[in-house]
Amino acid sequence: MRRVVRVQAEPFDVAVETAHLTEGDTGTGAVASFLGLVRDINHAEGVHSDVAGMSLEHYPGMTEKALERIVDAAAGRWPLRAVTVIHRVGPLALGEPIVLVLTASAHRRAAFESCEYIMDILKTEAPFWKKERLADGEERWVDARESDGESAARWLKRT
Amino acid sequence: MIRVLYFARLRDQLGVSSEEIEATPATVAELIGQLSARGEAWASTFSGTVLVAVNQELADPATAIEDGDEIGFFPPVTGG
Repeated sequence: MRRVVRVQAEPFDVAVETAHLTEGDTGTGAVASFLGLVRDINHAEGVHSDVAGMSLEHYPGMTEKALERIVDAAAGRWPLRAVTVIHRVGPLALGEPIVLVLTASAHRRAAFESCEYIMDILKTEAPFWKKERLADGEERWVDARESDGESAARWLKRT
Repeated sequence: MIRVLYFARLRDQLGVSSEEIEATPATVAELIGQLSARGEAWASTFSGTVLVAVNQELADPATAIEDGDEIGFFPPVTGG
């Protein structure tokens, strides 16, 4: 299986990454993608707040291992031909892409499900932390959401 | 000797990002006990939800620690 796992400060190009995913592979019939963006809504308050941007911290070394393990687990559950996971770190402005997950398979079901699985597990196991920058210059750590744990846990019940 | 790393909110609360500890504790629970005894900031931080990794793999209080290990403490993750 072809795989790309990267943690980087630089932006990524979705078109370039998608082309690379299936280049030379005529057995892929379906590609699913998830693109996460920096938004201006605060989790905790659930309303538009004055978030001006954010910065992402990670645990160098462990992050890459965690992402590789998540990709391994997805490849063990679905017949995948290629997977790309790219996650950015450092300062990010509103609207900027944070994370890209691409999954390629012969058929759509495996591509859809594995893409969702990778994101659900990433949100609870990959060591990244968001810190919001507010318009007045203040910074605050983003709290983890209980619903993320529930999203990840439901995959344990599926076969 | 072990190397201990603190990330994100934990690092801010404790005011330290990494340190080396000479005497190697037997388990993660023993290490947490030692750290919690350092004072109010440490005790309150470790009484909350703290995740731990031993040699960059998620671990739990029962996980054994060996000389030369890298222990990372951090809050629940918020990436993606």
